[in-house]
Amino acid sequence: MEAELKNYKRRLKYRKAINLIVNSLTFIAALIAILPLLLIFYYTVSKGISRLNLEFFIEMPKPVGESGGGMANAIVGTLILVGIGGVIGLPVGIMSGIYLAEFGNNKFGQLLRFLTDVLSGVPSIVIGVVAYTIVVIPMEQFSALAGGVALAILMIPTITRTTEEMIKLVPHSYREAGLGLGIPKWKTSLFIVLRTAWKGIATGVLLGLSRAAGETAPLLFTALGNRFWSTNVFEPIASLTVYIYDYARAPFEDWNAQAWTAALVLIILISLLSLTFKIITRSKYKTN
Amino acid sequence: MYEKNRYADGKWKTDRGEINLIGKMKSVKKSVKSSRVYIGDLIYEKMTLIFAIIVFMMVILMGYEMYINSKMSIDKFGWNFLTETTWDPVEEIYGALPSIYGTLVSSFLALLMVVPLSLAVAIYLAESAPGWLEKPLSFMVELLAGVPSIVYGLWGIFVLVPWLREEVEPFLNEHFGFLPFFDGPMYGFGMLAAAIILSIMVLPIITSISRDIMKSVPSIQKEAALALGATKWEAIKIVLKNSKSGILGAIMLGLGRAIGETMAVTMVIGNRPIISESLFDPGYTMASIIANEFTEATTELYLSALIELALILFVITIIINIAARLLVWSLEKQWKRN
Amino acid sequence: MSRIPVTNIIYESSKVTEEEALISTKSLSAYFGEKQALFEVNLNIPEKQVTAIIGPSGCGKSTFLRCLNRMHEVIGGTYTGSILFDRTDLRDINPVELRRRIGMVFQKPNPFPTMSIMNNVVAGLKLNGMRDKKLLKEIAEENLKKVGLWDEVKDNLNRSGASISGGQQQRLCIARTIALNPEVILMDEPTSALDPIATAKIEDLIYELKKEYTIIIVTHNMQQAARISDYTAFFYMGRLIEFDNTKKIFTNPSKKQTEEYISGRFG
Repeated sequence: MEAELKNYKRRLKYRKAINLIVNSLTFIAALIAILPLLLIFYYTVSKGISRLNLEFFIEMPKPVGESGGGMANAIVGTLILVGIGGVIGLPVGIMSGIYLAEFGNNKFGQLLRFLTDVLSGVPSIVIGVVAYTIVVIPMEQFSALAGGVALAILMIPTITRTTEEMIKLVPHSYREAGLGLGIPKWKTSLFIVLRTAWKGIATGVLLGLSRAAGETAPLLFTALGNRFWSTNVFEPIASLTVYIYDYARAPFEDWNAQAWTAALVLIILISLLSLTFKIITRSKYKTN
Repeated sequence: MYEKNRYADGKWKTDRGEINLIGKMKSVKKSVKSSRVYIGDLIYEKMTLIFAIIVFMMVILMGYEMYINSKMSIDKFGWNFLTETTWDPVEEIYGALPSIYGTLVSSFLALLMVVPLSLAVAIYLAESAPGWLEKPLSFMVELLAGVPSIVYGLWGIFVLVPWLREEVEPFLNEHFGFLPFFDGPMYGFGMLAAAIILSIMVLPIITSISRDIMKSVPSIQKEAALALGATKWEAIKIVLKNSKSGILGAIMLGLGRAIGETMAVTMVIGNRPIISESLFDPGYTMASIIANEFTEATTELYLSALIELALILFVITIIINIAARLLVWSLEKQWKRN
Repeated sequence: MSRIPVTNIIYESSKVTEEEALISTKSLSAYFGEKQALFEVNLNIPEKQVTAIIGPSGCGKSTFLRCLNRMHEVIGGTYTGSILFDRTDLRDINPVELRRRIGMVFQKPNPFPTMSIMNNVVAGLKLNGMRDKKLLKEIAEENLKKVGLWDEVKDNLNRSGASISGGQQQRLCIARTIALNPEVILMDEPTSALDPIATAKIEDLIYELKKEYTIIIVTHNMQQAARISDYTAFFYMGRLIEFDNTKKIFTNPSKKQTEEYISGRFG
């Protein structure tokens, strides 16, 4: 009996030790996991900040050999591209999300849900190729429009599924209340259910837009890039990401430094995007 | 009661019947005699349906467009496209094997490095992290997913690659040089760099999905185990056993992401269409060939071959995604049943 | 229990004829898919009275209520038989219009969280196109006064409808319903989520409202039915067992099942 107890105690000690080891290992793993994030932020800020000044935002890129200059065209270009993507992607994404949530309880809805899930896993470079075949080839021209179409296709699945999920999260009782007040179904859906879900949908939209702002691959052969100022949607247009790509691979130190600053600006832009949305969607009403 | 004269006869006319503000409607004859579908509802449904169909058609169109535009290459090379080892734009011989090899090797290598780490992090976040630490850690992991691929690439070129060239590869070569993987000239740019950068990019996906899955494992069994005196780790093992297929799904979603990842890989892999055992050697992936050469494709066949690569990539990622979703779905269904 | 009159007086049965009824159902059976929830219910509901529907949970009382303004169909249910509202078959009335004339108050208070208290009251009017701000405000004030909420919220009209207490929310929902000036108000266990004080306020309100409206209330609380209703219907297993004036039901029910339920032997 005593021996058994001793044995048990020893086993328990052993088990507790294993537990402690595993616990510490997973904790260390968590630290390792966030290390790259810290490294990337550290390098982007420390290497990018020296050129982060007004000049960078309002001036055009300088030719090789001249130092300084900015990326005004690329910043505006990125905004235009994301804008076009949003103008095309938002209505399609939100409306199809509404369809899935309100009328999607059928075979077609199931299939569409599956397809959007699959679409969200399609590599962005492939979406760039598709935008090339459906916009660039027929128009015989690289253009901001083609880039915008690529970004739209890219953001649609996120927006569709978030919209659907957010609408479904709205308690059924609000819908019943609306219908019970003799409000037609479509108005109940739009002005009561959708309005309640709006914040969550905005989050999905934000996710889609900021993901689009950081995309490079689908722009390489759609929007192409442009060394000059252009806001014409039917012409090639510059973007921050493609600039980073070109400048990072260039053999000029000056350009490499510009690439870091562009990366910093890109990250700031993406953060601003999320901040703006948070402010816009902050509730008008205090609730307790 | 509100004053009657303020709104005429006390009725509020709407697009469908009227609302009595004063008195009751006595005669039902006034009411519209119909129970047909409200026209607004019908328009609403059809409008949203149109957009749903657009999304549906979009996916179909994607496959179709790529097929049509790569027809020339498909007709010319047939299945040989997949097994041909030469990718030579000058001779107009296009074989996808080196890039398929590069894609698979870099992705699987990345998974090999990152799966244990991701799962450990997921376990920590789902089971052991104290509340005050879990939130910021989860947030940081999600932030990692939000960093644009191009920024990873930039960091890869200027920080990771020099480090690999000067520290890691010489070290590996010195101690494990007898293995063919760690032999050969050390450029920094190459398969190893690509795999490392991919592993960083895939980590947040696998971590967050498996964390969510572990968290949604019904807690009854775990609690029962704890109540019977099991240690936390023993209870976690039960959770892991129950969420096996979901975690497998998470890993496959990570694989899908790695296979399709373009910019960061293109910037560090060295971009040469060769098949080599050494991880120090440069390679190429399907995505990076497309990114690198698409605007340089001067002949129709060249462009067609590149689009065929995109089509292959499309098909592969679709298959992986379908498999992954099915795994996650089946698990969720199983839990719902219980 | 104390409020249930203990007396030797035998209350006479009083039936409601179809001519007197505002709503009458004829062999109404309701279904959810294959499952039948109501069996051949024939019931005449009198005008400007409070009719309570009681019965153990799952007896179909809520389903019955929801059939009356066609909310049953919203969750995919169907029904056979007929329901006459003011002598017109419900199937001949557009559901949207019907629900303006037969309002509904739900079990859990459900004011719209994204709308202010004021907009909650006039939501039904606003979403049907009424734009006159002054008029809307007037209507909101009048209806908030009717439900006794005006003095409690008049300084906070722009706060969210979800920011007030549960009892206040439920009265807000009643205000929202009567702002459309319906003929009938259906109440589906309106006090089951509330504390006793808030419940008492709602009961007083129902007493006031019956001067203007026909009220049908589903309740699992027999004392409540006894306190506030003029007529009571007892449902059991999807069937209407007994319908009579409330005093008769609670003192001298004619069916054995009713008696057993009333005296607390089951349910």
